[in-house]
Amino acid sequence: MARGLQGTFAVALTALALARTTVAGDLRDLYFGEALYYAYQGQYFDALQRLDAELAQHGRVDEPELDSLQYYIKQADFSVGDFELRYRMHLRAGRAIKAVLDADVDLPVKNEAAYRLARIEFQKDQPGDALQALGRIQGTVPDNIKDDVEFLRANVYLALGQPTDAVDVLKRLQTAQGLKGFAAYNLGIALLQSGHSPEGVRQLDKAGQIDSRETATTAIRDKSNMVLGSLMLQSKDYTHAQLAFDRVRLEGPYSNRALLSSGWADVSGQAYEKALVPWGLLIGRDPTDAAVQEAKLALPFAYSKLRVYGRAALLYGQALDSFSKELEKVDASMRSIRAGNFLKALVREEIQHDNVWVVRLRTLPDTPETFYLTELMASNDFQTALQNYLDLEDLHRRLMAWQGGFAAFEDVIRLRRANYEPLLPQVDAHFRELDSQMRLRLEQRDHLQKRLQDILTAPRPALLATADERVALEQVRKIEAALQHSSGAEHDTLQARVQRLQGVLTWRLYTEYPERLTQAHKDLHQLNDDVRKLQEQYTAYVRARQAAVHSYAGYDHSISRLRTRVGEALERVDMLLARQGQLIEAVAIDELNTRRQRLEAYQVQARYAVADSYDRALKEHATGDKP
Amino acid sequence: MCICAMHVRAEDHNREQMKGLDEQVQEVKSDVLSIAADLNQLEEKLLYPSDTHLAVFISLAQGDTLRLDSVQVQIDGQPAARYIYSFKELDALQRGGIQRIYTGNIASGQHQLEVSLTGKLASGKDYSHTESFQFTKEIKPKLLGVKLAGPDSGKPAIELGEW
Repeated sequence: MARGLQGTFAVALTALALARTTVAGDLRDLYFGEALYYAYQGQYFDALQRLDAELAQHGRVDEPELDSLQYYIKQADFSVGDFELRYRMHLRAGRAIKAVLDADVDLPVKNEAAYRLARIEFQKDQPGDALQALGRIQGTVPDNIKDDVEFLRANVYLALGQPTDAVDVLKRLQTAQGLKGFAAYNLGIALLQSGHSPEGVRQLDKAGQIDSRETATTAIRDKSNMVLGSLMLQSKDYTHAQLAFDRVRLEGPYSNRALLSSGWADVSGQAYEKALVPWGLLIGRDPTDAAVQEAKLALPFAYSKLRVYGRAALLYGQALDSFSKELEKVDASMRSIRAGNFLKALVREEIQHDNVWVVRLRTLPDTPETFYLTELMASNDFQTALQNYLDLEDLHRRLMAWQGGFAAFEDVIRLRRANYEPLLPQVDAHFRELDSQMRLRLEQRDHLQKRLQDILTAPRPALLATADERVALEQVRKIEAALQHSSGAEHDTLQARVQRLQGVLTWRLYTEYPERLTQAHKDLHQLNDDVRKLQEQYTAYVRARQAAVHSYAGYDHSISRLRTRVGEALERVDMLLARQGQLIEAVAIDELNTRRQRLEAYQVQARYAVADSYDRALKEHATGDKP
Repeated sequence: MCICAMHVRAEDHNREQMKGLDEQVQEVKSDVLSIAADLNQLEEKLLYPSDTHLAVFISLAQGDTLRLDSVQVQIDGQPAARYIYSFKELDALQRGGIQRIYTGNIASGQHQLEVSLTGKLASGKDYSHTESFQFTKEIKPKLLGVKLAGPDSGKPAIELGEW
């Protein structure tokens, strides 16, 4: 968001959280479901890895319309962008969503893509581009994102320095339930920025009284009251400032600052006695909090104004002790950070499972370096840097594991090669023998099939003769040939017998021809079944043979290439990890230095004030004055 | 005033550095994801070739109130996987996520899959169920989707789908 909006009048963005992706109905694509399984657990690297693989696979299939991902392809395209966004890969997420936007898809899908793109551009501090993306939304906007789109538009206008446009949009959002508190607060800020201060103050007053039990809404209500109180304080309206600060919850994130400001409002209105109440309450709170430390000086100041110098001197003395202890704590924290303990504490596995783990860090007894950094750690920039550090740690772990895995892959390949290579020559020789036999039988089958096909059109019963009949026919033919060269009394008798035999055989061949033809087809069918089984076995063998070779051959290049890529990536990750870590430590030390300088300044003030208060107390004692 | 001005300058400098680093981190994430994709492909080819590849997936019936504790899978009488679910994992299943519980190799032909589940019903009662299925492994990879449901849902307790 624009820098100009940061600080006291920063707009609220919390309600722009991403919608939960859920899948309606039973999933038909297992791998897409698996990607969602990881995404729902916040494991976006694994989710992206699986979804990228599934989308690539979908892109490779010949008939994508038959692929199970087809039912979810639009959702999957969106999910990639979503997961990338959640994995803090804004650059890639933007590209993925732009691709959906430029594709030939329905208007509601395009509108949702435009909204998501606008959100990414806004998060990237590019409000101009965000507005352009919002401009691509046309026609009816889906109900589930309608209010979010308009809220984003208002925030974009504010970031672009167009508060009047933001006011128009935000006015329409005042009844939006999902934006309760946020729309009201932002409208107040927009009115102030557009020069309508009285209206802005009234709006903030309204936002500060919103009734809700929602954590986010109550936090924004507190923020509204803080801003309103500060404005009232600046305009010297101490009563209304007091009212606003009093509305801030006593146990919320703004409570310490509210108590401190409330005391200052009293003091500004010269109601010193009233200021004792919030400040008295505040000094008993967390001694590392900046507001509490300021209150330790402010409380005796109020007492001195009330001319209770003895009490003031005592409290200034206590403040001095406290500041010394805190300075020691700050120094210890700086030493601990320089020793690398801060980063170690941040990556502790057991606390990261918790949503509020940064806050939880403070409760760990052995993490003093984090005591002064809760506020810093809650800031957006720090969270981004920290998340990047944690992501880099995760990448480092993965790359290390992969690097170790290559040796195992090579081992598997070596063992497979050692097993298959001696066996394959013998197997191949035997297979070649069987292969030639098989080819011969297949040729015979084809020949038979052709003959049967032929006699369907030109019947040739002799072709269906049995082996005995063929022998008998041959013998008859030979006898007949012999009889042609003979003569004598028996010639005619023999000729007649031969003809009778021939007739019997011919009669049988012709009368049994239909049955024989049917039987021949049945036999051929049976033979085809056997051939099919044989061919299946043949194919299975060829496939197994190929699989055996593929199980160890052809991996060397890809393993070596991947090993190099993993090594290079690991170097880059380690370099970035070191830089990111150093930056986090530098930011933490900067913060501690600032706090240290402030504590030192407080110490000087307290030293002077304690002496002054003792002097005044002694003087009063000597003159017998009473406060 | 002076402390504040210095602090703001340091903050600006740090913010610039963080932004620059953030872009580099995004680039390296992209590279590592691309390596992961290639590695995944290599692993699948090397360890789970398509002719023997078998994967078993677990999902929960939509809207089911069963609080799943564990799932056990046996293939041909041999334990293949046993999984105990954390709160986050169960939530992911209930929202429609699908867990790949087992990836392995198996020969072509007829096989038996046995799935056992334990959990708690909405009433707080313990619940367990076991069912066996026959499946055929062909030459292509075999994906088995096991959908689980509690007895109150009116759906089959364990349903097998093949892909």
